Amino acid sequence: MTDLIERETAAVPPAPVRAAGPRSHYKGEAFARRLRARHAAERRFRRAGAAAVAVAALMLVLLIGSIAARGASAFWETRIRLEVALDPAEVASGNYTAPLRRALHAQFPQVTDRAGRRVLNDLLSSGAPYELEAMVARDPAMVGTVRTVWVRADDEIDQLAKGHYRRDLPEGERGLSDAKVAAADALAAAGALAQGFNTTLFTAGDSREPEQAGMGGAIVGSLLTLLVTMLLSVPVGIAAAVYLEEFAPKNRWTGLIEVNINNLAAVPSIIFGLLGLAVFLGFFGLPRSAPLVGGLVMALMTLPVIIIAARAALRAVPPSIRDAALAIGASPLQTVLHHVLPLALPGILTGTIIGMARALGETAPLLMIGMVAFIVDIPHGLTDSATVLPVQIYMWADSPERAFTERTSAAILVLLGFLVLLNGVAVILRRIFERRW
Amino acid sequence: MSIRSQLKLRPRADQRPAAPVAAKMVARGVRVSYGAKPALKGIDLDIQENRVLALIGPSGCGKSTFLRCLNRMNDTIEGCRVEGRITLDGEDVYGRTIDPVQLRARVGMVFQKPNPFPKSIYDNVAYGPRIHGLASGRDELDEVVQTSLKRAGLWAEVRERLREPGTSLSGGQQQRLCIARAIAVSPEVILMDEPCSALDPIATAHIEELIDELRANYTIVIVTHNMQQAARVSQRTAFFHLGEMVECDDTEEIFTNPRDERTQGYITGRYG
Repeated sequence: MTDLIERETAAVPPAPVRAAGPRSHYKGEAFARRLRARHAAERRFRRAGAAAVAVAALMLVLLIGSIAARGASAFWETRIRLEVALDPAEVASGNYTAPLRRALHAQFPQVTDRAGRRVLNDLLSSGAPYELEAMVARDPAMVGTVRTVWVRADDEIDQLAKGHYRRDLPEGERGLSDAKVAAADALAAAGALAQGFNTTLFTAGDSREPEQAGMGGAIVGSLLTLLVTMLLSVPVGIAAAVYLEEFAPKNRWTGLIEVNINNLAAVPSIIFGLLGLAVFLGFFGLPRSAPLVGGLVMALMTLPVIIIAARAALRAVPPSIRDAALAIGASPLQTVLHHVLPLALPGILTGTIIGMARALGETAPLLMIGMVAFIVDIPHGLTDSATVLPVQIYMWADSPERAFTERTSAAILVLLGFLVLLNGVAVILRRIFERRW
Repeated sequence: MSIRSQLKLRPRADQRPAAPVAAKMVARGVRVSYGAKPALKGIDLDIQENRVLALIGPSGCGKSTFLRCLNRMNDTIEGCRVEGRITLDGEDVYGRTIDPVQLRARVGMVFQKPNPFPKSIYDNVAYGPRIHGLASGRDELDEVVQTSLKRAGLWAEVRERLREPGTSLSGGQQQRLCIARAIAVSPEVILMDEPCSALDPIATAHIEELIDELRANYTIVIVTHNMQQAARVSQRTAFFHLGEMVECDDTEEIFTNPRDERTQGYITGRYG
């Protein structure tokens, strides 16, 4: 057995000795040149990186800036002041249009012909009588008296007041008649035209009339859809990840499952919509346009994202923690629940919220299951017809009225706001869970 | 300083001649392979009660593999196969009557790198008793935590900061915390896998003293690369080489009068 010892000690050849001192390789001119070139390469790389970041930041500022510039005015709406005399007989018969029109006509005594009066009538939103009805319902004492009320103006007057029509163009190209412009100017001169915060934009459902259209229905629809998505995909996704990462044997079948999960994450979202259409609507007969189905489809879509993120987070937990727990007699499940999962939670949360944000911004699969419908009512349950914010943006962007342009941008801002909020929640949750140790 | 002078400089507490002591754990014909690669080629070894057994040998010789067989930690390694028979008090460790969870509560383990849970010092020690239901009520648990930390020689240093995270301690303190965590579940055997390799000499001395004290109540198996350490803390030493157990005897015998040339070569530092 001595040969073993000999072999291990004798096999090392003597190291080549390079002369140190002035003749050293590291002190010559050639090496100094190489060193300069290496530093220059690093500076070039740093500059390129900084430039890339600057370009990206500029693009972002331009994008958000243009959307904000276009959408900001949608958060304000124009209202007209009227001295309304409420006739009990008219109120009893539900005629709230007549008192409004009488009050408006009273402000323009010189207009007597039918055409002129029709122009005046068009200054008011077609929703104004309903506003008046609501006011009377809140305060029945109004009936029989003369009150000053502010009611919503038509979207054309709203846009004119916000300066979105070009006054220097001739009538035909402007898209708004001279008579309306003159009437609006007269109201403005009399102080009967004012702008206020547009609560309708957040509370109302969709409408064909831009001034009455809101994204309230879409926001509620988005929240309901997201709720279903979260309730389904988060527990299933985390449980699947824990099983695959901590318990499943590593064999050909789990390998196959892993490959397929990775592939699913890359499947175009519209495919999930088709699947939802075929399975949930076609086979199970669930209602169309419902947040329930939308949430199911989104859950299928987000599952692979959550599983992949959760597996990565679980893998990142040091094995020494598992050893420590197992070695004092914790069962594998206790090891996972007490030690591994809490440590992986920040990463899992981040992945989950990225998946949720993707689901919040997704449109394509919802088009396939009918969530693109024009829905006026705000949904009250998971099976009510609903639409979601990105689909609402898509539909408003398609509408011809000028006033929908700014509402489209406003809806984009609101959607971005929700996404920022989600990411903020992710950051805060990370902080909380990381601080625990 | 040679190993021999080391032995003379530090006479051990136990200088009685090696009387036959009951074997706590017995290994017979233990073979382990990772996939197709054999790691242990038939190990026969007795682990005596209330003694410290040191496993020494060059890297990759299978010491740690053998250690991890004793509490079935190898079960967690994919593709690891264990053959042969290991008994704890006569019961087959790999048999049906012993559950791995129960086994690991009876045979605790301390790892090479201190690995406290990222929880408070208190929770680190209390975790084992909690999951095994060893303490009923707050007071009893406090008692167990205090006793374990005292036995691990850490109580004086951490009594004021039990709520601080275990990871905030120094390396040596973390390792003693891991020992406290292991003894909190009242094991019968403690396995230590190079417990001092990540520690400085002062922390190492602390742990070595601790091992000597723990011997009164526990059976200890320690893997070490440091032969002075093996000489200082163990009563028996087993020398492993290339998956075989070359020699196992009283520590003094191994270091002063090894029977095998390979042992001789290793302890005199000719290879390894």
